[in-house]
Amino acid sequence: MPVLNIKKFSFTYPGVEHPSLKNINLPIKRHAITALIGPSGCGKSTLLRSMNRIHDLYPGNKYEGKIEFTDQDKSVSDILEIKKENEFIELRQKIGMIFQKPTPFPMSIFENVAYGLKIAGVKNKTELADRVEVALKGSALWKEVHDRLDKSAMGLSGGQQQRLCIARAVAVKPEILLFDEPTSALDPISTGAIEELIVELKKDVSIAIVTHNMQQASRISDFTAFMYLGDLIEFDKTENIFLNPKEKKTEDYITGRFG
Amino acid sequence: MRLIINKIFLGLSIFSALIGLAFLAWILTTLFIKGLSSFHFGLFLNDLIDGGLRNLIVGQMILAGLASIIGIPLGMAAGIYIQEYGRGKYADVIRDLSDIMMSAPSIVIGAFVYAVVVVPTGGTSGFAGAIALAIMMIPVVINTTDNMLSLVPRELREAGIALGASKYKVIIDIVIKAAKVGIMTGILLAFARIIGETAPLLFTSETSNYFSLDLTESFPSLTVSIYDLANEPEESSRDLAWAASFILTVLVLIINLSGRFITRNKK
Repeated sequence: MPVLNIKKFSFTYPGVEHPSLKNINLPIKRHAITALIGPSGCGKSTLLRSMNRIHDLYPGNKYEGKIEFTDQDKSVSDILEIKKENEFIELRQKIGMIFQKPTPFPMSIFENVAYGLKIAGVKNKTELADRVEVALKGSALWKEVHDRLDKSAMGLSGGQQQRLCIARAVAVKPEILLFDEPTSALDPISTGAIEELIVELKKDVSIAIVTHNMQQASRISDFTAFMYLGDLIEFDKTENIFLNPKEKKTEDYITGRFG
Repeated sequence: MRLIINKIFLGLSIFSALIGLAFLAWILTTLFIKGLSSFHFGLFLNDLIDGGLRNLIVGQMILAGLASIIGIPLGMAAGIYIQEYGRGKYADVIRDLSDIMMSAPSIVIGAFVYAVVVVPTGGTSGFAGAIALAIMMIPVVINTTDNMLSLVPRELREAGIALGASKYKVIIDIVIKAAKVGIMTGILLAFARIIGETAPLLFTSETSNYFSLDLTESFPSLTVSIYDLANEPEESSRDLAWAASFILTVLVLIINLSGRFITRNKK
C-alpha cells in the first residue's frame, strides 16, 4: 500500500483561472523513491508542495480531490482537510522537505538540527544531543562537523549545508521526505554525495523527488512520474519509463525531443 | 567628441564631489578648533548651572533612550506586520504613510506633540520630548525592518514552516535572526539621528540648567541648550555651545561608525 495516495487532485493558484494541476492520480510508494519529472512549468514542484501543504503559507490556493496519508491518525490522514495549527505541525513533522537552495537557519549547526526536535517538544538535553548526532551521522555529515557543532551553519559549503538540511529534516523521524530539485544548486561531487544519501535514506523513509535532471531520476528513483502542462502523463517503474515508455510525449521528453 | 564630453562630465563630477567634501571638512575643522579650545573634562563633572554640560549630556541620552524604548518595538512590530503579515492595500498604505512621516519636518512633529501632549498635560516635560523623538524614530525603524526582512529569502521561511514551525516562530527564530545585523544597523542610525535633533525638543521637553531625572518637568537637553547658549550675548556661553556641539558631533560619529563596524564585521 502506498504511503500517499493522490486521487483526482487539482490545484489552482490564487488569482488564476485555470488549474495548474489537473486530475492527478499518483501513489507515492513506501520505502521507494518516486521521481517527478517534466519540463519547466509542468507542475511537478506544485504537486510536491501540495503534499506538505507548504502552499498554505500564501493564502488563496484552491485544492480539489484528495491526498490520503495512509496508516495515520485521523488528524492527518486526509491531507487536504487539515485546518488546525497543531495538525499542520504534525503533518510537517511527518513529511519533511528539502529545497533547491540550501536553507541553513542563521544559528549554530547543532541548533539547526535541533530546531525541529524542539518544535516536536523534545526538551531533554541528552536526548537532543543524541538525536542530533544520529541525524548528522545519518546524513554523512558527522565526521566533518562533530568538532564545530556550535559554529554557525552559514560557514559550511553548499553541499554540506544541503546535507545539514537533510539532517534537520531526518532528525524528527519523518515518514516521507520531499526533495525539490535538491542538487540543482550544487557541484557534481556534492550532487553525488546527496544522491547517495537519498538512496541510503530509502530504508527509513519514503521519498518523492522533483528533478529536472533525467539522469538523476534514472540513477536513483524506483518509480517515475512524467508530467506535462499540469497533467500526469505517465507513471511507472523508472526502468519502464526510460526504456519502454507507453506514451508518445514521455518518449519525446526522455529522448530530448522537447523540454 | 565623445571623449571630450566624457572628460568634461568626469571633471564636473569630481569638482562637485570636492565642493561637498570641502564644506564637510570646513564644518568639522571649525567645530574641532572652536570646540576643542573650550573643551575640558570639567564639562562632564558639572551641570549647566555651574558652567558644565553633565546634566545636558545625561538628559539627552535619557530622552533618546526613552524614545528608543518606545520607538524600536513599535517600529519593528509595524515593519514585521508590513513585510510578513500585511498583504495588498493595508501594508502599502502603512508603508506609504511611514515614508511620508520619515520626511515630515522635525519642527512639525515638535509642534504636533506640543499640541497633543504639552498643552493637555499643562507644560513641557521629558516625556513629551521623548514622545516627539520616538515619532521621529518610528518611520525609520519601520523602513529598516521592512527592507531588511524583505532581503531574507523566501525559502528560509518555507524551510521553517516545512519543519512544522508556526509562522510567528519562524519570524522570531529565523527571519529576524537572519536580518538581525541590518536591523541593528538601521536602529543605530535612527538613534544617531534622533540624538542630534533639536526641533522636536524645542517646545516639548525644553531644557533645564539643573540635573534632573524627573520626566514630568522640563528636561535637560544638550541640543536645545546649544540653541539657547548660542543665542546668549556672553562669549563664555557661546564657547560652551561650541564645546557642546563638539561633544554631540563626536557622539553621533561614534554611533554612526559603530553602525558601520557592526555591518562590516557580521557579514
